[in-house]
Amino acid sequence: MLDVAQLARIELSDAEEEKFAGQLSAVLENFELLNEVDTSNAEPTAQVTGLTNVFRDDKIQNVNDEKTRDEFLANVPEIENGAIKVPGVFND
Amino acid sequence: MIDLAKLTVNEASKKLDAGEITSSELLESVIERIENVEPKVKAYITQTLETAKEQAKKSDERYKKGLQLSEVDGIPVALKDVFCTKGVKTTAASKILEDFVPAYNATVVEKLEKAGAIMLGKVNTDEFTMGSSTENSAFGPSHNPWDTSRVPGGSSGGSAAAVSADECLFALGTDTGGSIRQPSSFCSVTGLKVTYGLVSRNGVVSYASSFDTIGPIAKSVADVAIILNVIAGNDPMDSTTVSEKLPDYKSFLGKDIKGKKIGIPKEFYGQGLDPEVDKIIKSAIEKLKSLGAEAEEMSLPSTDYAIAMYYIIAKSEASSNLARYDGIRYGYSPLKNKSHLKGLIDLYFKTRTEAFGNEAKRSIMMGTHTLSSGYLDAYYKTASKVRTLIKREYQKAFEKYDVLITPVSPFPAFKIGEKLEDPLSMYLADVNTVPINPAGVPAMSVPAGFTSAGLPVGMQIIGPHLGEGKIIEIADAFQRATDHHLKKPEL
Repeated sequence: MLDVAQLARIELSDAEEEKFAGQLSAVLENFELLNEVDTSNAEPTAQVTGLTNVFRDDKIQNVNDEKTRDEFLANVPEIENGAIKVPGVFND
Repeated sequence: MIDLAKLTVNEASKKLDAGEITSSELLESVIERIENVEPKVKAYITQTLETAKEQAKKSDERYKKGLQLSEVDGIPVALKDVFCTKGVKTTAASKILEDFVPAYNATVVEKLEKAGAIMLGKVNTDEFTMGSSTENSAFGPSHNPWDTSRVPGGSSGGSAAAVSADECLFALGTDTGGSIRQPSSFCSVTGLKVTYGLVSRNGVVSYASSFDTIGPIAKSVADVAIILNVIAGNDPMDSTTVSEKLPDYKSFLGKDIKGKKIGIPKEFYGQGLDPEVDKIIKSAIEKLKSLGAEAEEMSLPSTDYAIAMYYIIAKSEASSNLARYDGIRYGYSPLKNKSHLKGLIDLYFKTRTEAFGNEAKRSIMMGTHTLSSGYLDAYYKTASKVRTLIKREYQKAFEKYDVLITPVSPFPAFKIGEKLEDPLSMYLADVNTVPINPAGVPAMSVPAGFTSAGLPVGMQIIGPHLGEGKIIEIADAFQRATDHHLKKPEL
């Protein structure tokens, strides 16, 4: 449970760990019935309508004026010189 | 004046056209209704009534000049709070998007605005549309207008409750595993889950991208047809949208259904089905037979595996979709309150731990597990193969039948709190709606009657790929012969 939480970048309290572990194992145990199904004759489906690659020209479609830029950046928590600021990867 | 809020889109549109009412009068009536019943229903997260008043005035001008844009010009609409609305908060009912203001409109929002619809605001949903009750909303649950101690269903519970309570004339919802149909059933309104790709998902917050669909929740089948004409169609911004030429969905209204073939898949009428629901659906099928349709029992044997298959794929896709919430570009971030961070990874942990709700966390962890190396084949790949089997069964069924009919939900609306801490039983409640999304086909929830306790029951009409017209024909014939959809809750 903790391994999965670690991979998912979620911290769990002891109480949460116990609760989620119980709930998720109940769900996954129930889902084991899929092993009964004979799937030897079936390819996996990921896209149900059967579309394959859909392409479009790689060109700028909406003129990226200052106003649009500012509207997008308005949601960013930390900005420096018009760039998005991110905490250091290695340092404390 | 209050009565205008009760109109259907079709009725209001005719009155607007004839100059009997104005868009502003219609809006005033809906606002008055919202003021009266919203404290009990709690459908809305954000109201945009001042903007709505300005939009209505512009609509009035258009009608005065005979320049109305469409049949939804001047019609007040509520949007599930997962549709991006330029300059208006879009929260997905999550703390992680509590203050998120999009810089652009979703394609469907753009289409509705261009058609002249009046935007009332954003309505409640389970967080990231994950749930069947709206109880997973970070802003508290909505209440069922038919019994406010019960859930309105979910995840589009705010949309269904708002339509049912006449707090809007119609709403848009999203359906990944039943999120339009189940709340429509619980609230006695008409909701359509479209064929995968019929309506653009551009600008709509994602849950499980290979299942997600967008559709109308309305007061009648005729209204659904009108709205579908506005929102359906190819969008270059969503490469999964269909490219086929689409029909005028109103052309399927008023049809004779003599000789139409209805399949009744027996797996949907088994253990766990409330006897009252069973009786109501069977009598609805009898009504359709009396109108000339032919019905017979048939079988979709893979139905028993649908829940497991659905949830494995849905949660896998969800964990991948929710990976974007990292506290850096938008949404909740510990950076905003200058909390001390031990580097980038600490930012990820704090953002996600502090701002995702329980069901989102469960989904992320389950999906992380089912996609992790060593488990991928056992879970995700097996589920994707079972999906193929289910899809084939539906394709085969529609070689013989025009539509299939089942209950939307095995039971009517449950009490608030009843299932909240038991995710497995909440998942199992979706047994009748989840098989449809993996198959990609359309399905509608149509009011079919009420239990002895007065709770609504919906009938699910499932059609073939791009067969929305076939569903509309049957559902409209049913509504012309019955009055379940005309009944209103007492609030």
